[in-house]
Amino acid sequence: MALSSTARLPAAKPGEPARPARRPGRLRRRIAPYGFLAPFFGLFAAFGLFPLLYTAWVSLHRVELQTSDRMDWLGLQNYSRLLSDPFFWNALRNTFTIGVLSTVPQLLMALGLAHLLNYKLRGRTFFRVAMLMPYATSVAAATLVFAQLFGRDYGLINWVLSSTGLNPVDWQADTWASQFGVSAIVTWRWTGYNALIYLAGMQSIPGELYESAAVDGASRWQQFRHVTVPGLRPTIVFTVVVSTIGATQLFGEPLLYEGNSGGGISHQYQTLGLYLYEQGWTFFHLGRAAAVAWVMFLLIVLLALLNAAIAARRNRTDR
Amino acid sequence: MTHATTQVLDKSVAAPRSSARKARSPLHGGPLAYAVLIGATLLAVFPFYWTLVAASRSNSELSSATPALTPGPNLFHNIGEALQQAEIGKALLNSLIVASVVTAGVVLSSTLAGFAFAKLRFRGRGALLALTVGTMMIPPQLGVIPLFMVIVKLDLQNKLPSVILPSLVSAFGVFFMRQYLVQALPDELVEAGRMDGASLLRIFRSIVLPVARPGMAVLGMLTFMATWNDFFWPIVALSSQNPTVQVALKSLGQGYVPDQSVVMAGTLIGTLPVLVVFGLLGRQIVGGIMQGAVKG
Repeated sequence: MALSSTARLPAAKPGEPARPARRPGRLRRRIAPYGFLAPFFGLFAAFGLFPLLYTAWVSLHRVELQTSDRMDWLGLQNYSRLLSDPFFWNALRNTFTIGVLSTVPQLLMALGLAHLLNYKLRGRTFFRVAMLMPYATSVAAATLVFAQLFGRDYGLINWVLSSTGLNPVDWQADTWASQFGVSAIVTWRWTGYNALIYLAGMQSIPGELYESAAVDGASRWQQFRHVTVPGLRPTIVFTVVVSTIGATQLFGEPLLYEGNSGGGISHQYQTLGLYLYEQGWTFFHLGRAAAVAWVMFLLIVLLALLNAAIAARRNRTDR
Repeated sequence: MTHATTQVLDKSVAAPRSSARKARSPLHGGPLAYAVLIGATLLAVFPFYWTLVAASRSNSELSSATPALTPGPNLFHNIGEALQQAEIGKALLNSLIVASVVTAGVVLSSTLAGFAFAKLRFRGRGALLALTVGTMMIPPQLGVIPLFMVIVKLDLQNKLPSVILPSLVSAFGVFFMRQYLVQALPDELVEAGRMDGASLLRIFRSIVLPVARPGMAVLGMLTFMATWNDFFWPIVALSSQNPTVQVALKSLGQGYVPDQSVVMAGTLIGTLPVLVVFGLLGRQIVGGIMQGAVKG
């Protein structure tokens, strides 16, 4: 392979006058690309790949936070403990429901907003920048502010509710209300970002498609349905994959919503990410936390396969 | 997963640039479009305004039956309290150091590797690129436990290198720069450099870098913001004695400071630097994200 590719360089083209062979130069040229990759792959192997793989090994041991250099073999015990822990299943369920609550409305709203942003507008840059502002905020900052807004007794949202004659909601203790609150933070931070991603996708759909659809008498809604959405399919698949993976990792929002790693008084909005953190850094069981990490990893692989299968099926039915 | 993403990427890369330029002349937005967009903008911006309101009031005003809706007089007092009680000043400095070093590292290492993937031929290129793209989607959060054990072993706990080292390179960054250079850097330019007998390093310095600069700038902005806002690993590796901004905010959120208006003041100044960057470069950041979306 290296040979055939050097043959493509003009210098080595047959028929051209042969250059004096400079062996050390050629060798260097062949090795040089790896030099360009070395800084990335060196650090990536040490701080990216190794920890990820080594997590599996750690998950088969008893490792405690205070004595983290000592590992005692446990086999699959961490996993069997995990599967018999009701709080694990609770966290898995919460991750799923909060994931749906935060991802689905977010992406639908983003799609609608992108459609509007794609119109000819006055102040379009202003709208785009304003909608991206939440994305620039950190999880921690956003959550602290929303926790205030969702306060049970003095929160602004309950004040608005009660001053319009509705009943105030206990946004912390109630399961659905608290999960809605946590999801609202995620939705607030990411809707504008996804809207811009969709907008970029929409702008690369050729205008002729809309023109011919309009000639065929398609209404705006039909154009959206039959031109925009199919044209956006790769982008939509991309955002769905990214958002679902993000949803499985949800951590900062539920941690700071009330400021404890239990995820509420009865763990009502504890996610898997938070459960991992609680095992490792509240209960000091790093080995068990590693088992949680591996379960989360498998979950992501599963979701990715599911996504790929759905995308493939939709492609087939379309044709 | 890998497959799905690369597919998206390839498709979008293959889409000719020119058709994006002369895309349909879009319809004019009607009053309803403006109404919805203004509503969405208000929702996006209101929490910022409210942070200012809460940060400039007193704690008792925040816990009264009718909340205040306009800024009050206590802003500077509360900020002073936040600086004193939660190490916010130190946190700002720490975050600035960490985010700057990480940004420099990511941009440089990504441009080097991105160039190699985009324009050089070598054994194992396909496999290494697949490895990079494949791991791009795996959340780094899943590796924190071994990472923590390593940091403890190296005695770096609660020191800034513990949050800098693991973030110095980014698979996303490499992929981003590769996509950028595949398009922006003509093969002929590199070939011409080779014909002149320039070494690869020389070609990189005088041909690749100038072409790559706009892409590097976008990657730099995104990396800086992401690092500034990074949460999970810093709260594991650092403590409230030597915090980054996010670690300090976590301490605030966990009740180290009971006064809510002070918490909000801390949140405000912890967010301000990113907002300033955003105010200055918002347009470019929007452009970068949309560009990144089309490319990857």
